[in-house]
Amino acid sequence: MPLKTEPLTVNLGPQHPSTHGVFRMRVTFDGELIVDVEPIFGYLHRGSEKLAEERTYSQVVTLTDRMDYVASMLNNQAYILAVEKLAGISPSPRGVWLRMIASELQRIASHLVAVGFLLQDLGAWGTPLTYTMRERERILDLFEMLCGARITNSYLRPGGVFADAPAEFWPALRRLLDDLPSRVDEVDDYLTGNEIIFARTKGVAILTAKQMIGASITGPMLRAAGVDWDLRHRQPYDYYDQVKFNRPLHTAGDNFARYWVRLQEIRESMKIVEQCIDLIEPGPVRPHHDQVPYLVRPPKGDAYVGIEGSKGELGFYLVSDGGISPYRCHVRASSLINLTLLREMTVGSLLGDLFVSFGSIDINMGEVDR
Amino acid sequence: MSEQYLDNSLFRNIYCYLISGSEGCTARGYEAGFLPAGMEWLAFLVTAVVMALVVINLILGGVIGVIWGERRILARFQNRRGPNRWGPFGMLTSVADAIKTMFKEDVLPFEADRVLYTMAPILMVLPVLLVFTVIPLGAGTFIVDLNVGVLFVLGITSLGGLAVMMAAWSSGNRISIFSGLRAVAMLVSYEIPMALALLGILMIAGSMSLGAIIAAQNVPFILVQPLGFLVFFLASLAEMNRTPFDLNEAESELAAGYLNDYSSMKFGVFFLAEFAAELAASALITTLFLSGWRGWDAIPSHAWFALKLVGVMFLILWVRFTLPRFRIDQILALAWKGLFELTLINLVVTAILIGIWPQPTTAQLWAIAAINWVVFFPAVWLVGKVLTTKPYESPSVAPGQSVYPVAVAQIPASSSEGCD
Amino acid sequence: MPGMGIIRGMGVTLKNFVRAPHTVQYPDRRVGLLGAAKHAGISPLQLVTSNPRQAAKALFGMATVPAKIEQSPRFRGNEFTWYEDRCTGCASCAKYCPLGIIEIVTHPGGIDVQEGESYGIDVFDIDIARCMFCGLCVEACPYDALHMGSQFEKANYLRSSLVISKEQLISNAKRPSSWFRPQFEAQEYNPWKGTIDDHHGAGRHEQPGSKKLTERWVDNR
Repeated sequence: MPLKTEPLTVNLGPQHPSTHGVFRMRVTFDGELIVDVEPIFGYLHRGSEKLAEERTYSQVVTLTDRMDYVASMLNNQAYILAVEKLAGISPSPRGVWLRMIASELQRIASHLVAVGFLLQDLGAWGTPLTYTMRERERILDLFEMLCGARITNSYLRPGGVFADAPAEFWPALRRLLDDLPSRVDEVDDYLTGNEIIFARTKGVAILTAKQMIGASITGPMLRAAGVDWDLRHRQPYDYYDQVKFNRPLHTAGDNFARYWVRLQEIRESMKIVEQCIDLIEPGPVRPHHDQVPYLVRPPKGDAYVGIEGSKGELGFYLVSDGGISPYRCHVRASSLINLTLLREMTVGSLLGDLFVSFGSIDINMGEVDR
Repeated sequence: MSEQYLDNSLFRNIYCYLISGSEGCTARGYEAGFLPAGMEWLAFLVTAVVMALVVINLILGGVIGVIWGERRILARFQNRRGPNRWGPFGMLTSVADAIKTMFKEDVLPFEADRVLYTMAPILMVLPVLLVFTVIPLGAGTFIVDLNVGVLFVLGITSLGGLAVMMAAWSSGNRISIFSGLRAVAMLVSYEIPMALALLGILMIAGSMSLGAIIAAQNVPFILVQPLGFLVFFLASLAEMNRTPFDLNEAESELAAGYLNDYSSMKFGVFFLAEFAAELAASALITTLFLSGWRGWDAIPSHAWFALKLVGVMFLILWVRFTLPRFRIDQILALAWKGLFELTLINLVVTAILIGIWPQPTTAQLWAIAAINWVVFFPAVWLVGKVLTTKPYESPSVAPGQSVYPVAVAQIPASSSEGCD
Repeated sequence: MPGMGIIRGMGVTLKNFVRAPHTVQYPDRRVGLLGAAKHAGISPLQLVTSNPRQAAKALFGMATVPAKIEQSPRFRGNEFTWYEDRCTGCASCAKYCPLGIIEIVTHPGGIDVQEGESYGIDVFDIDIARCMFCGLCVEACPYDALHMGSQFEKANYLRSSLVISKEQLISNAKRPSSWFRPQFEAQEYNPWKGTIDDHHGAGRHEQPGSKKLTERWVDNR
């Protein structure tokens, strides 16, 4: 005789230690099995896109820092590339190399955060989290040397970066690049062979390539299902066509694949930084303000630029009416679009997998809500 | 009446001091003591109360030290310092925590069942304190050496599961019950491997009394019964709700689970019970597997016990701060399919060996140890194979599909009434 | 062999157990006997004989010495550095601030400064409770009068005390950060390793005389 059970709806509210920000889910359980997930977000909405219409193009850079706050340089880069396309500015080469170095360092930092917090959600009481945060601290110290702030950088300006790297930056970067591979190997050793992680993450929350392409999901999630799509490679921006790097691919598309892809991408980013250090040449980092004024006035028109952010395709769509402020600034937030398949991912799995799957998407609520 | 307890050195010291001062329990000494003749029953009572108080205060003071030590060791595993501000090396931090806990507001939720709600923490901490009554802390230092000591310990730790159920049910909200039921399922499942793992030791030692088990350990039983040690260690980690089995305290899932609605000193008592349980489990493992207080005479036996206790606690903390946690179905699978099988293998092998050599001498103990280690590796490999076979492997599951039996297509479409 | 991954992971954790901790203790650092002796500049034996109380405290882990944090010279700090004789009251900083937290009230001054004629400044308030320290005001100042500071400890009990007034800006110790001031970096200036004594000349990137200014703005217009 079948047992009669009753589904239970629980609100995993906006205040929760594992939701990577303020995110609310109404989950319906049948015992331990998840039957329905309804995500509710918007708790961190600050109106960035509307505020951008009141600010000049250089002031909007400070707004973009705060959207995806663990990957500020990447947000800056996407926005500045859109401004340059809109206004027809050609950036100075040294500025471009510096912003590539900053972006790749920021990608390493963002993936360290993602990996660390995923392992924290798996229950490893903070130990791998402190190891990855320790490495991230060194990257943030480098950012402090570059631009005076650790997280909300506003380092980039239309045409390049705002200032050259100080003299103590290059030896510190060299020391970081010498130490980081062994530390990443340590995290890899610690966890990638661990039977408990295999049991918890393999075969869970599988998303096939077809589903993801249908939902326009990009970034490490797509590469974890075997699709070789990386905007640095397919639609190169800045000088990414002059550096060589691999795209780590995994075919399973489950939680473990997403974690593994991010860990390998840290190694690839280190390679890119090494090549940038070799190829960078002295020069001005920003066009002179006679060519590109501090108050940029792009001609009427619109432009969209998408870059490979740490979470997927991060795009800015700017519309200009000839003034000093954008008429409309819209952000294609990679985290928000990656979140659309949450229901398909988690329904059918158990409660213990809910936060692990959610963490493996690697979203950032600042970007989801803007 | 009290003559049978005179080989308990703690008892003897206090009792004889009361009866006969510093002369010891001689016939002449009765005049020099505190009590007149005929009042030995009072001496017995006072001695019993003093011993109980001494041991309980040792445990409670030890828990303060355990909390401090755990935070410092955790910090060193994570490449940082632990609390080092209050008191020498930060030792008074736990005292500050206890005072803070006492000053919080004691909440009684509206739907809570008052009696059960208040009794649950008490029932949680009682068994842990009672376990220490049978464990010898040094040569001759114990409260009582029951000749069914092991049975007593196993029985009384089962009360912890009852306390968890009481706490979960009486809190009166869904999340507590949810988490509490998972916890009880886990606790009940792991009692069986815990008990069966000790059967091998009982066979070798020939007695259930903890004093006799220590006396029989000419070779420490961790070498003689590696499978028993592994199973008992994992089962006691589960009984203590320690990682990798700590889904009750999984803050990242249901935010403190069945302890959600406890605050102030009731929560403090639960917290105390958890760390005292860690101390108790370490003491048990030291007694049963590491030959308790025995060691070379260079340092006193109490020091040996303390050293071994700290070693076992370090091992527990090391495992705790390295491993992520299991999911509930994996925990139950590990108990019923993994550890249970290991205990049966251990039981069969040990029974055969004890059948050949009853009352083994030291040399025979080494032989038993060697044979057990030879059996250890294939047994663990075999159990690993059993555990990793996917239960839902069926021809209808295509590669790339989820391992769970419920396909997404069968779940009814969500009816969202809009956000609220 | 099941369990080998776990054992390897536990080896990594043990390796990190014996590594030196990464924590930077601030503002005081707990030291043992050797650390206390090193801070005082004498050998441990001398410390025990000369100051036994301090040595006993250090042995029991209760002694602290002040600690400093490594900061980059470009750090965008909490207080601002304002050179009042260069400020002309043009309010470019107030216009460029994205949050609008700088309040400037001036009166026509007829004051002659090196840059030309300046307004008389009545009010120059910066509300650092709402400031996001982006530094755009510093970027906007054409006369290098406003610089970012280097402090980060400005917590206070009242919101009104977090508004820096003109008098406070004048009397604060001047530790400008070299953010957006390449002339400081050319001098290898570090705000924490020395002072700029002559602050009248500090941070100026050009030293126009009034003759040059008249040439540029009046004769050659």
